[in-house]
Amino acid sequence: MRFLLRRLGFYLLTAWAAVTLNFLIPRLMPGDPVDLLVARLKGNVDPAAIDAMKRAFGISDANLWQQYVDYLGNLAQGELGRSITFFPTEVSTVIAGSLPWTIGVVGVATLISYVAGTALGVLMAWKRGTWLDGVLPAATFMHAVPYFWVALALVFVFGVTLEWFPVSRAYALDVVPGFTGEFAGSVLYHAALPAITIVLASMADRILGMRNVMVTTLGEDYVVMAEAKGLTSRRVMWAYAARNAILPNITSFALSLGFVVGGSVLTEIVFSYPGIGSMLLKGVENEDFPLMQGIFLVISLAVLVANFLADLAYVILDPRTRQ
Amino acid sequence: MNVLEVRGLGVDYQSATGAVHAVADVSLDLRRGELLGLAGESGSGKTTLANAVARLLRPPAAITSGSVRYRRRDGTEADVLALGPKQLRAFRWKELAVVFQSAMNSLNPVATIGAQIDDVLRIHAPGMSRKARAERAAELLRRVGINADRRRGYPHELSGGMRQRAAIAIALALNPEIIIMDEPTTALDVVVQRDILHEIGDLREEYGFAVVFITHDLSLLMEISDRIAVMYAGRVVEVGTARALRTAPRHPYTEGLLRSFPRLRGPREELLGIPGTPPDLRSPPSGCAFHPRCRYAFDGCSDQRPELRPVPGGEVACLLNEGTGADTVREAS
Repeated sequence: MRFLLRRLGFYLLTAWAAVTLNFLIPRLMPGDPVDLLVARLKGNVDPAAIDAMKRAFGISDANLWQQYVDYLGNLAQGELGRSITFFPTEVSTVIAGSLPWTIGVVGVATLISYVAGTALGVLMAWKRGTWLDGVLPAATFMHAVPYFWVALALVFVFGVTLEWFPVSRAYALDVVPGFTGEFAGSVLYHAALPAITIVLASMADRILGMRNVMVTTLGEDYVVMAEAKGLTSRRVMWAYAARNAILPNITSFALSLGFVVGGSVLTEIVFSYPGIGSMLLKGVENEDFPLMQGIFLVISLAVLVANFLADLAYVILDPRTRQ
Repeated sequence: MNVLEVRGLGVDYQSATGAVHAVADVSLDLRRGELLGLAGESGSGKTTLANAVARLLRPPAAITSGSVRYRRRDGTEADVLALGPKQLRAFRWKELAVVFQSAMNSLNPVATIGAQIDDVLRIHAPGMSRKARAERAAELLRRVGINADRRRGYPHELSGGMRQRAAIAIALALNPEIIIMDEPTTALDVVVQRDILHEIGDLREEYGFAVVFITHDLSLLMEISDRIAVMYAGRVVEVGTARALRTAPRHPYTEGLLRSFPRLRGPREELLGIPGTPPDLRSPPSGCAFHPRCRYAFDGCSDQRPELRPVPGGEVACLLNEGTGADTVREAS
C-alpha cells in the first residue's frame, strides 16, 4: 500500500510537470496564432480586428505568472481554449469528438494484439521444435515492417482492388449515428481495416517478446518441479511458466496502452479515420497551438495513468513487489 | 525388497559434435525405505540419472537404453520408461517425488506455499474438499517445522532453510514411496543442514519412504546413508553399504574421495585427493574412465572396461585384484 501511495505521489508530480511544460512551451516560442494568421494575410488586417481575434483566441499580454494561474484555473474546469482549425469550437469538444474513435479502434486493436500475441508467444515457446516455429520468421518480418506500409498494402488490396472494405471515414455517410444495429455494423465495418493494420503490425513484437521470456522461464526449476508434480501440461504452461513470463511484458503493454490515446497517427491518416491522430495532424498543419497543446496534454496524462495501472497490475501479479 | 530397479540405463545428450554419454549402462537397486546416497563429482551424471528415473529429461537429453521398474507395495509393477502421459502424471508425486537442488528456484515465486501444496492435492486427490486440502497443507508444514500460517506466505518471504523445508513438505504431500533429493542441503549453512537432515531422518521413520540422496559430499553420505553408490563419468563405479565404503573402499576413486577430507577421529592419515580433472565426456578415456587419474592404474586399465562385480559389502567396477578392486582397509573411525 505504501508503495502505491508513493507511486501515486510520483505520478501527481509528473502530471504537474507535464501540465507546466505544456503551458510553457508554446509561450516560449516566438509569435502566436494571430501573428501567424496576420502574416499569412500579408499584414492587411485592421488592428482592431487583430485585437478582437486575440481576445477571441484567449491570448493575453498579462505577465507569465498571471497566465499560468489562469491556465491552471481553466484546466481545472476542463477548459482548453478554442481551436483555430475548427474555430470557434472548443478544443475540449474537438478532443471529446475524436477520442472515442481512436480509443475504440486503436484500443481494441492493441488489446487484441496483446492477448493474441502473448498467447501465441506462450504456445510457440511451449511447442518449440514443432511446425509452430514456422511462425517465427513471419513474426520477425512483420516486426520489421512499419505500420503505414501495412496500412497502405491493406488499403490497396482490400480497399481499392478488391473493394471489400471502405477506405475512409468512421461510418457510412447514409447512416444516422445512434444506438442502432445499422450504425454499429457500419462502425465495425469501417474500423476493420485500421484495426487489422494495428494488430498485424504490433502483434509480432508481442509474440517475439513473450516467446523469448517464456523460453527462459521454461528452463526454471519451478517449471520442472511443476511437471514433476504430475500437473497437467495446461496448468504447468499457464499457471507456472506463462504466469511468471508475463511479468516483464506488463510494462511494455502499459506503455502501449498509454500511447493508444495518442492514436496511431499514420494509420488514421492512411484510412482518413476521424481519430485523435488525424486531429493532431490537422492541428499541426494549421499551426493550431491550442488544439496541439490540448492533445499533447491528454496524451501525457493517458501515459501517466497507464503507467500507474501497470504499477497496480504489478503489485497484484508479483507478490515480490508488495513490500 | 526393491522399490525401484534400474537396469542398463543410458542417457545421451545430443550435441553438434555427436552424442555425449552422460549416463552409461547404470544398474542400481533402491530398497524399500532405505536412504541410498548417490555421490560423485560435478558432471558425473548424478542429476541426469535422477532426472531420467523421474522422466524429467528434456531435449537434447534422451534415454537411449535400459529399463526402470517400479514395484508397488501390493506387488504390482510398472515400467516407468513405458508409462503413457496419463499414467506418468499419476505416477509422478504420488509414487515418486523430487526435492530439487535449490528450493530458492524450485518454488513458484508468484504462488503461495499453500497453493503449491494445494495444486498437487487437487490433481491427485480430486475427492478432497477445499477445507481438507487446506488442513493437509497446514499439517504438512507443521510436520516439517514451519508455522502453519506460513502457507499464505510467498517463497521470497521465507529463509533458505525454510524454503527447503517447504519443498520437502510439498514432496510429502501424497506420501510417496520414493523421494529423490538432489543436493537438498548444499546451499545451506551447516547448522540448518543438520536440522534438515535430522528432519528427513524422522520423516523417513514415520512414513517409510525411500530416499535417493544426491550430493558431492561423501562425508555427509557416510553419516546418513544405508547404502552409497559412487558415480564417475556417467557410470556407477562402486556400490556398497555406508559402513563397507567407509572402512574398506574398493574403488580407487572412492578411496580418493574419502581421503580428500581429513577424518575427525581415528588415526591421522595423509590427505591424498585425486590428481587431474574429471574427464571430458565428449571423448572419455578408453577402458576404465578413471585410469588417467588412478594411482593403481596398470596396463590393462586403458584397454578393458571393468564391469560391476559383487564383492563383500557391495559391488565394484575395478580391474585390480582380478576385478575386486583395491585392497584399502582403513581403520574404523
